[in-house]
Amino acid sequence: MEQRINVLSASYFISSSSSIGNGFVHKDGTLIFEQTVSEGSALLLSVYQHLGFNYPKFYKMDNLAKLGWLAAENLLTGDFKHESYHPERVGLVLANTNSSLDDDMKYWNSVKDIASPSLFVYTLPNIVIGEICIRNGFKGEHTFYIQEKFDANFIIQQVNYLLDNDILDACICGWVDFLEKDFKAVLFLVEKKAIDLAMAFNAENVTSVFNLSA
Amino acid sequence: MSGRDVFVIADNVFSPLGKTTAENFSGLKQNRSAVKPYQYRSQAYCASLFDIGEFPASQTGYTKFEQLLIASIQNALGLSGLSALDEKTVLIISSTKGNIGLLETEPVTPALHERIGLSTSAELVAEYFGFQHKPIVISNACVSGVVAILAGMRMLRSGQFEHAVIAGAELVSEFIVSGFQSFQALSPQQCRPFDKNRDGLNLGEGAATIILSSDKKYEGAIKVLGGGISNDANHISGPSRTGQELANAIEVALKDARFSAGDIDFISAHGTATQYNDEMEANAIALAGLESVPLNSLKGYYGHTLGAAGILESVISIQSLKGNFFFATPGFEETGVTKPVNVSAGAFQIPAKNLLKTASGFGGCNAAVVFGK
Repeated sequence: MEQRINVLSASYFISSSSSIGNGFVHKDGTLIFEQTVSEGSALLLSVYQHLGFNYPKFYKMDNLAKLGWLAAENLLTGDFKHESYHPERVGLVLANTNSSLDDDMKYWNSVKDIASPSLFVYTLPNIVIGEICIRNGFKGEHTFYIQEKFDANFIIQQVNYLLDNDILDACICGWVDFLEKDFKAVLFLVEKKAIDLAMAFNAENVTSVFNLSA
Repeated sequence: MSGRDVFVIADNVFSPLGKTTAENFSGLKQNRSAVKPYQYRSQAYCASLFDIGEFPASQTGYTKFEQLLIASIQNALGLSGLSALDEKTVLIISSTKGNIGLLETEPVTPALHERIGLSTSAELVAEYFGFQHKPIVISNACVSGVVAILAGMRMLRSGQFEHAVIAGAELVSEFIVSGFQSFQALSPQQCRPFDKNRDGLNLGEGAATIILSSDKKYEGAIKVLGGGISNDANHISGPSRTGQELANAIEVALKDARFSAGDIDFISAHGTATQYNDEMEANAIALAGLESVPLNSLKGYYGHTLGAAGILESVISIQSLKGNFFFATPGFEETGVTKPVNVSAGAFQIPAKNLLKTASGFGGCNAAVVFGK
């Protein structure tokens, strides 16, 4: 049951990419942080501190939102200029396998005692999109898909539709998944104009960035 | 926007009010509500839940969530005359929590993690019917259903597929009841959307399916004309203070349909009956220039069916559009929102051509879709 591919040509560009995995952080394909930590949430805290971010709301997020938020900060650090876009014209297309299951299990454990509203609010996968939008003021279209595994062609189709049909001018897309010991975020900033070092937004480039490891 | 016309060719609502759209429509015509009182941890709440006898016949190997999807899809597919085996057909599933109830009864193992997964359910349902392509799963809080309809519309417009089977389902597990209760979002009575005395929402179980086609032979059927999706960028669990972002989604939907506000004859609102949602939604409707357009909220009949709501309420409203007969907003007596929107307390008949369906949810998400004759 393969998805049909409907990508004729790559007309858009990957201006930046960001990935966070078990023990490493990449920015635009370059390794910028490496640490052997056995536990995911400890690694996320190390990344937050190492990259010098200062955003108190980070501490109240669940692991999935922290992971996606950090990957988005890393993605947008540098050349991205918020003021060059209308907030309504920047959006997100994200996917993962495990939805919000990491937080779902923590929330369900809290129910045995007193149900925690601060855990419950993160029991939806799209909350990570909300956190990235709040941080950056992005107000455009966004969707969270659940997929068995990363499907570069599917993500490219969705983003191309939004850019082709003038629904967005820029789109952040990719994968953010966190379940216990396994986690991975890979985000792409896709724009209509090529800036320095921009790669074509196509399956080959997206897949090669997705498969980077430490 | 460009593209081919997208027709609504069949649908289903599988709810405590009935197993088909027709059964549901006749229940609503008798002003029947599925919302009943229950208790959780000695606090009263109201919800629309399946009684044992109302649930689909059990099928081995499928969870309740999957059985609900299968029952809804089966009925709609039968009515459409389409075959799931058709190469040009895509299956799209929407839900917020799917199989999460399994956490309450099963030992937590890696196998359970996978069994809970929405893509596992979608694959099983796709295989049950023999769909030829990998199913698409959307989980975007309470706008999931509207987003799924828009995803299907676009795949047909772009010519990627010719038919889309779009199904949403939600079960009300202890997980969900405890969470909404912890938010103090549950009303102890039947909910009262847009009313002065509204005090929270009712939860609801159900499934709904809508089947779309770009085949010209369906000319004359109700069309999906456009849609828009936006984010508040304000708060993860509270809506926008102004409603501007939902208004933006409505405006994008109208533009996509090549409409202006004057073309909309009826609004099927989200209307959850929480203080914040209804206030925000009324603001948005006014900002979009639609304050005089008659609107309803079906939440007093079905409760809030979360990831299924956008599809379920669209299906009922499409039936309304066909017959020019629109349902009441149970619980609404006296307006309790700042902007004077036109909430219908009772059922009514008007000649209507086009309708707007709105939805909003946690994570600051908003969505709007336009259907028309």
